Amino acid sequence: MAVLLPLVLIFGYLVMKGFSSLNLDFFTQLPKPVGEPGGGMANAIVGTLTLIGLACAMGLPVGVLAGVFLAEHGHRRLGSTIRFCADVLTGVPSIVIGIYAYTLIVLPMHSFSAYAGGFALAVIMLPIVTRTTEEMVRLVPSSLREASLGLGVPAWRTTVWVVLRTARGGIITGIMLAIARVAGETAPLLFTAFGNQFWNHGLMGPISSLPAQVYTYAISPFEDWHRQAWAGALVLLVLIFLTSLAVRLLTRGRMRSAL
Amino acid sequence: METKLEVIDLNAWFGAHHTLKGISLHVPNGAVTAIIGPSGCGKSTLIRCLNRMHEVVPGAHATGKVLLDGADIYAVGIDPVQVRARIGMVFQRPNPFPTMSIFDNVVAGLRLNGTRKSRHDLAGIVEHSLRQAALWDEVKDFLYASGVSISGGQQQRLCIARTLAVEPDVILMDEPCSALDPIATAKVEALIHELKQQYTIVIVTHNMQQAGRVSDMTAFLYLGTLVEFGPTERIFTTPEKKETEDYITGRFG
Repeated sequence: MAVLLPLVLIFGYLVMKGFSSLNLDFFTQLPKPVGEPGGGMANAIVGTLTLIGLACAMGLPVGVLAGVFLAEHGHRRLGSTIRFCADVLTGVPSIVIGIYAYTLIVLPMHSFSAYAGGFALAVIMLPIVTRTTEEMVRLVPSSLREASLGLGVPAWRTTVWVVLRTARGGIITGIMLAIARVAGETAPLLFTAFGNQFWNHGLMGPISSLPAQVYTYAISPFEDWHRQAWAGALVLLVLIFLTSLAVRLLTRGRMRSAL
Repeated sequence: METKLEVIDLNAWFGAHHTLKGISLHVPNGAVTAIIGPSGCGKSTLIRCLNRMHEVVPGAHATGKVLLDGADIYAVGIDPVQVRARIGMVFQRPNPFPTMSIFDNVVAGLRLNGTRKSRHDLAGIVEHSLRQAALWDEVKDFLYASGVSISGGQQQRLCIARTLAVEPDVILMDEPCSALDPIATAKVEALIHELKQQYTIVIVTHNMQQAGRVSDMTAFLYLGTLVEFGPTERIFTTPEKKETEDYITGRFG
């Protein structure tokens, strides 16, 4: 109950404040200049999805591989070093990661870009994905590994087809947690993806995102924009909720293999 | 009898702990060889050295020779993966792959090794292996149910079928009945009798009656050394060593 209450309260408040501003335009229109009624956050919604996609493309392969490495070979010295780094990285404030991405990508490219934003989010996802993958892979009983090795299956095939397959549900849950975490990140996007009031032109240019848009609107002095910000926050929350739900449904009861 | 596996001066360690000390023995072809001895005497370590599964455990290593048909499986340049395909293993606890169906479990070894076979061929292999493992009649109507949806005894026979599908020369069984009830145990023992027509079997067992029932040869291991090795009947009736006699008469262990 104590866990559920804040969630219900936040969600209820968002619905109360933001639901009235939701309409078709909100999902299909660009933001309107101050004073003009209507307009929407279509570019920010697409932008957030793009950024998450980029972050996943960059962060997931590295994170999952690192997690598998830690679980299977983590008893070595290199393993504890990586584990320590991942734990430190989890605690690094996201604004610092934003500065890192700014220095590494925005400065050399002389432009804010979706790539830079995606990279910053990927760095935040990395330790979460790595550590949950490690935990999940560790949970796979060693008897299954041995069963596979005993059949004359090479170690790498055992890892991919037996260990990862058995741990799949848990790894996907970890990935979802990581996505939910970065979907709402604002700070690292401020000077990487920057934001944009128009449709995004390719991944090399600045791109808007829901959290950044909500931030911009919320600190503005305009009543109209405040309402839009509430609606944006609501959409963001629903988006995260739906992703989690979809993955839950997809990974449930997958016993039968695809023959 | 012709020798299938010849163990020569085998030593094994877990880290600094010396678990097997200079074991040498001949495993005859087409027979059942039982390894008996009290807990912690190195039975499981010995059997796991026979298909190079011992070294899978971090920190474990072994020295000495194990000749399969005269060729050393520990020789330089021998891939342990190839060894394990020829010397299959059945474990103490039934361990079918929980994410796979019964059908997929049986052909898991072939599939995971990247062998490409048509659906029709695979179905043939599944039926043949399950019949060999005396499980076909019990599961033929739900081959696509999960491998862990059947009883423990059936799961263990499924694991045997899975091992048979890879067509090994030798089957190692590490206390295959210790997690099973007496009825399931009887079925697995009957199966071992059937299988020795075609395969060489090495079985570790805690249960001396079982060793007496299923095996042709018996090795008695104590504190990491091979105390006595010979035909089962002789070991159980006229053991040469005092320790063997004490153990099989139940004075310790």
